[in-house]
Amino acid sequence: MSALGSNGGFMLLAVAIPLFGAIAIVLLRRWPNVREAATLITGVALFVDVALIACALQSGPVSRLVLAEPIVGLPLELAVEPLGMLFALVASGLWIVTSIYAIGYMRAHHEMNQTRFYAFFAIAIAATMGIALAGNLLTLFVFYEALTLSTFPLVTHSGTSEAKRAGRTYLGILLGTSIGLFLVAIVGTYAFAGTLEFRSGGILDGKVTGGVAGLLLALYAFGIGKAAVMPFHRWLPAAMVAPTPVSALLHAVAVVKAGVFSLLKIVTYIFGFDLVSGLDATVALQIAAAFTVIAASLIAITQDDLKARLAYSTVSQLSYIVLAALIADPAGFLGGGLHIATHAFGKITLFFCAGAILVATHKTRVSELDGLGRAMPWTMAAFLIGSLSIIGLPPFAGLWSKFYLIEGAWFGGNAWLVAIFAVSTLLNIFYLLPIPFRAFFRPAGGHAAGPVARREVPLTCLVAIGITSLGCLALFLFPDPILDLLSRGGAP
Amino acid sequence: MMELYEFVIGHAIQWGAVALLVIGLYIMMTRHNLIKKVVGLNIFQTAVFLVYIQMSYVTGATAPIAKAGQTLYSNPLPHVLILTAIVVSVSVSSLALALIVRIRESYGSIEEDEIVDLDAPKTDAVA
Amino acid sequence: MRLLEHLPALIVAVPMIAAPICALLLRTRVSYWFAIGVAWVTFAMSLVLMDRVLSEGVIVYALGGWAPPWGIVYVVDPLSAMMLVLVSGMAAIIMPGTLLGIGSEVVRRAKRFFFAVVLLVLTGMLGIVITGDAFNLYVFLEIASLASYALVAMGSDRRSLPAALNYLIQGTIGATFILIGIGLIYMVTGTLNMADMAGRLQGLEDSRPLQAALAFILVGAAIKFALFPVHAWLPNAYTHAPSMVSAFFGATATKLGAYILIRFIYSVFGDDFAFGHMAIAWVLIPAGIAGAFMGSLVAIWQNDLKRMLAYSSIAQVGYIALGIGLDNQDGLIGAIVHIFNHGLMKGALFMVMAAVILRLGGATMAEFRGLGRRMPLTMACFVVAGLSLIGVPLTVGFISKWYLVLGAIEAGLWPIAVLVVASSLLAIVYMWRVIEVAYFETATDTHAIREAPLQLLLPTAALALLCVLLGISTEFTVEIASRAVVFLDVGL
Repeated sequence: MSALGSNGGFMLLAVAIPLFGAIAIVLLRRWPNVREAATLITGVALFVDVALIACALQSGPVSRLVLAEPIVGLPLELAVEPLGMLFALVASGLWIVTSIYAIGYMRAHHEMNQTRFYAFFAIAIAATMGIALAGNLLTLFVFYEALTLSTFPLVTHSGTSEAKRAGRTYLGILLGTSIGLFLVAIVGTYAFAGTLEFRSGGILDGKVTGGVAGLLLALYAFGIGKAAVMPFHRWLPAAMVAPTPVSALLHAVAVVKAGVFSLLKIVTYIFGFDLVSGLDATVALQIAAAFTVIAASLIAITQDDLKARLAYSTVSQLSYIVLAALIADPAGFLGGGLHIATHAFGKITLFFCAGAILVATHKTRVSELDGLGRAMPWTMAAFLIGSLSIIGLPPFAGLWSKFYLIEGAWFGGNAWLVAIFAVSTLLNIFYLLPIPFRAFFRPAGGHAAGPVARREVPLTCLVAIGITSLGCLALFLFPDPILDLLSRGGAP
Repeated sequence: MMELYEFVIGHAIQWGAVALLVIGLYIMMTRHNLIKKVVGLNIFQTAVFLVYIQMSYVTGATAPIAKAGQTLYSNPLPHVLILTAIVVSVSVSSLALALIVRIRESYGSIEEDEIVDLDAPKTDAVA
Repeated sequence: MRLLEHLPALIVAVPMIAAPICALLLRTRVSYWFAIGVAWVTFAMSLVLMDRVLSEGVIVYALGGWAPPWGIVYVVDPLSAMMLVLVSGMAAIIMPGTLLGIGSEVVRRAKRFFFAVVLLVLTGMLGIVITGDAFNLYVFLEIASLASYALVAMGSDRRSLPAALNYLIQGTIGATFILIGIGLIYMVTGTLNMADMAGRLQGLEDSRPLQAALAFILVGAAIKFALFPVHAWLPNAYTHAPSMVSAFFGATATKLGAYILIRFIYSVFGDDFAFGHMAIAWVLIPAGIAGAFMGSLVAIWQNDLKRMLAYSSIAQVGYIALGIGLDNQDGLIGAIVHIFNHGLMKGALFMVMAAVILRLGGATMAEFRGLGRRMPLTMACFVVAGLSLIGVPLTVGFISKWYLVLGAIEAGLWPIAVLVVASSLLAIVYMWRVIEVAYFETATDTHAIREAPLQLLLPTAALALLCVLLGISTEFTVEIASRAVVFLDVGL
C-alpha cells in the first residue's frame, strides 16, 4: 500500500515541481545565474521524479490520485499508464537538455524578458506533465488548455507585430478547435458513455451507433488541433516566431506530441481498437491524415525558411502518429508511441541546429547555408544525424518507429498506407538532406568568399546538440526499454 | 350572426382593453416626444387596470360592503390589486417625468431624435 | 430562536426598513457604512436560509400568520435560496468598493441617496426571489425596477438620462406584461398563490386565457431578462450607468428575469403545459442562440469596454435562455449555474471597469493600452474573469458550458451543442482583443497610474478568485442547482 501512496505523491510532484520551479525563477529574477541554476535543478528533479514513477510502474500497481472534483462523478485525477509514462519521460528528459541549450542561446541572442521566458517554459512543462499523467479525458483537456495558454507568451515572446499576428493564429486555432470541436466531443462522449475514464478496450464500445462514433472520432481528430491535421495546421508554422528553444522543445516535442498523444490515447482507451477499426469514418480520417503527410512534405520542400521547413516537416510527421492511431491495432500503437520518442529526438536536434545557425551567423534561410559545414562542422554533422533519423535510415532511431508503423499498416490490411509511408520517406529525403549537403559540399556564396572562420555556438548549445544526436543513435541501439514499456499498454 | 355579435359586443370591455394596450404601445414606439411616450405608457397601463377590474364584475352584484339582505358581492380582490398597480403606475410616471425634467436641463430638448443627435458628435470626439 | 423563524420575512424587511433610514443619514460616508452593514447582514441571513433549506427542505413562511392561499407566503426552495445568496452576496461584496468606485461617475448631489436606492433595489430583488405570491412578485419587481431606473439615472454622464428613461419605458412594458399574465391566471384559477395556481391549472391546458398568460409572462420576463430581440434597453443602461451599478446589475438584474421565467414555467404552469402544449422551446432556443451570436458579434466591434461587456451580457443571457429551453435536467442545471456563475464574472469585469475609470477617466480601448503594467492586479482579475467568460477549464464558465452542451446533446440537438461552443469562440475574440492591448501595447501617455484602491481591488479579486474556486469545486453551485432542478421537476 505504501507504494500506492507514494506513487500518487510522485505524480502530484511531477506537476508541482515545474510550477514551484516557475515561482523560484520569478523570485530569483535579479540573479540570472542563480535563476538558470533553478531551471536546471527543477529539470533534474522533475526527471528523477518521473523516473521514480516509471520504476513504480515497472514494479507494480498503478494508483490514481484525485485532485478535485469539479463535476460530480468526473474528477480531475492523475494516473499513470505506459504511453503517458513514455511521453512524460521524453518531455522531462528533453527539458533538461533544452534548458542547457536555452541558457546559451538566450544569452548569445540577447533576448529580452528572460525571466518571463523561463517561468512560462516551466509552466508549460507542468501542463505537459499533466497531459501525460491525466487520469481521464477531462483532466487531459484541462491541462491541454493550460498548455495552450502557457505557451502563448512564449510564442509572442519578441513582442513584434509579426509575433502578435502569429500569436493570434496560434491561439485562435488551438483554442478554437479545442473548445469548438474537442470539448463537444468530450461532452458527447460523456453523454453516451457516462464516464471519461481511460480504460483498456475503451468506454464507448457498445454504447454508441457507428454514425455517432464516427462523428465523435472526427471531432477528436480535428478538434485536437495540436495534432495539426490539415486544415488545422497553420498554428505550427506560425509558432516558429518563438525563440528556438521554444520551437525545439514545445513545438517539436511537448505541444505537438501532446496532440498526437491525446489522440493515440483516446483511440486506445476511449474508443478501443475494435470500435475504431470497424468505422467508416476511420478510413475517411486516414485519408485526411495521409493527405496531411504528403501535402505537408510537399510544402516543406518549397520552404526556404529553415524553421518553417522544419515546422512543415513536423506537421507531416505528426500525421504519421495520427495514422498510427487510426490503424488501431497493437502494432500501430507501438509504432505511434515509439515515433513520439524517436521523432522527438530527431526533430529537437534539427531545431537546436537551426537555432545554433541563427545565433552564430544570423542566417535563417536554407539558401544561405552554402558552405556552412566548414564554419560549423559539429552543428551540421548533428543536423545530418537528425535528418537521417527522421528519414528513418539506420543506424538511427527513426528506423524503428517507421518499421512498426509499416508493419502495423501492412498487417492491419491497410496496404495503401504502406505506399504513403514510402512516398513520404522519399519526400523526407528531398526536403531534409539538401540542407546538410549544401552546407558541406557547396562552396560558400560569393559575398562571403574568403577564408572561413570556425564560428561555433556557445558550448552549452553544442553540448545539448550532442546529447540529442547521441540520443538518436542510442534509441536505435537500445529501443527495447521503450518497446517493453509500450507493449504493456494498449491492447486490453 | 349572433355569435359574431356576442364576440364583438359581449367582450366590449376586453376589446377596449386591447385597444388601449395597442394604442399605448404604438404611441411609445412611434412618438419622439418624451412626454408623449410617458402618456403612451399611462394609456398602456390603464388597459391592464381594465383587464383586472372587468374580471371582478359579477352580474347583479353590489359593491363588496356587507349589507343586510345582500348576498352577491363583486370580487374585491382585483380592486385591491389594481389600487396597488395604480400606485406603482403613478410612481413610474413621476419618476419618468422627473427624468424628463433632468433631460431637458442637460440637453435643452425633450425630443428623442434631437437628443440622439446631440450626443452623436460627442461620441465621435471621444472615439 | 424565534427570530430565526422569521428569517424569510426579515431578509426582505431589513433592507426595506434600512433604505429610508439610509436616506435620512445625510452624510454620504455614514450611509455608506450603514449600507455595507445592511448588505452583509442580509448576506448572512441568506446563508442561514440556504443552510436551512439544504438541511430541512423547503421553508414556507406565512406572512402575518395568514395561511395560504389567502395570505401572502414566502417560499424558500433551493432555487430561491441560491438566488438570495447571489443577490445579497453580490451586494455585500460589491458594496465596500462602491464609495470609491462611483468616484466621479455619480452626480454629486445624488451621492447622498445612492446607498438608500441601492438598498431599495436589494429589497425588491430579494422580494422577487423569496415570494410565493404572484402579485407580490409584481410589486417587488416594480420596487426593484423603479430603484434601478433611478440608479442608472444617477450617472454623471448626461447620456445616462435618456438611457434610464428608455430602460424605464421598456422595463415598465415588461413588468406590465407580467402583470397582465398574472391577471389572466388569476382569472382562470381565482388565486394568487403560486403553489395553489399550479394545483388548479391541472387539466386546463386548452384554456385560451391561460395560453395568453404564458405568452405575456414569457415576453414580459424576456424583456426584463434582456433576451434577444427584446434587449434594446440593456446596452445603453449598462454603458452609461455608474460602473459599480453596472457591476451589480450585470450580476443580478437580468438574472431576475431568468428567475421569473423559470419560476413561472416550472412552479406555476408546469413544463408539460409550457413545453408540451405551448412549445416555448421554439422561442427560447432560437432566441438564445441568436442572442448569443448577436451579442458576441456586436461586442467584438465595441470601442467602449463597458458597452462591450453589456453586449456580452446579452450573449450570456442567451445561454441561460437556451438552457431553460432545452427542458432537460442538465440544460436547466446549466442555466441555473450560469445565472450564478455569470454573476461572478460580470461583477468582477464591471468592477475592473470602475477601477479603470477611477484611475484613467474612461474605459475605452485607448485607456487599456499597456494597462497590464500599470495596474497589474486589476488586469489580472480582468484576465481571470475574462477566461471564465470564454469558458476555459477550471473556471466557473467552463462548468456552465459543460452542462449546457451536455443538455443539448442529451436533447439530441448536436448542432445546438456546436453552436454553443462556437459562440464562445467569439468571446475569445472580444476578450483577447482587450488582453492583447493591455499586455502588448504601451500606454500613449506617461502619467504615473496607481493600482486601484484596496476597497475596490479586494472585492474584484474576491470575485475573480471565486471564478476559479467555484470552477474547481462545484459542490456549492452545481449541487444546489441540481437540487433546485429536482425540486422544480417533481416538487410542484
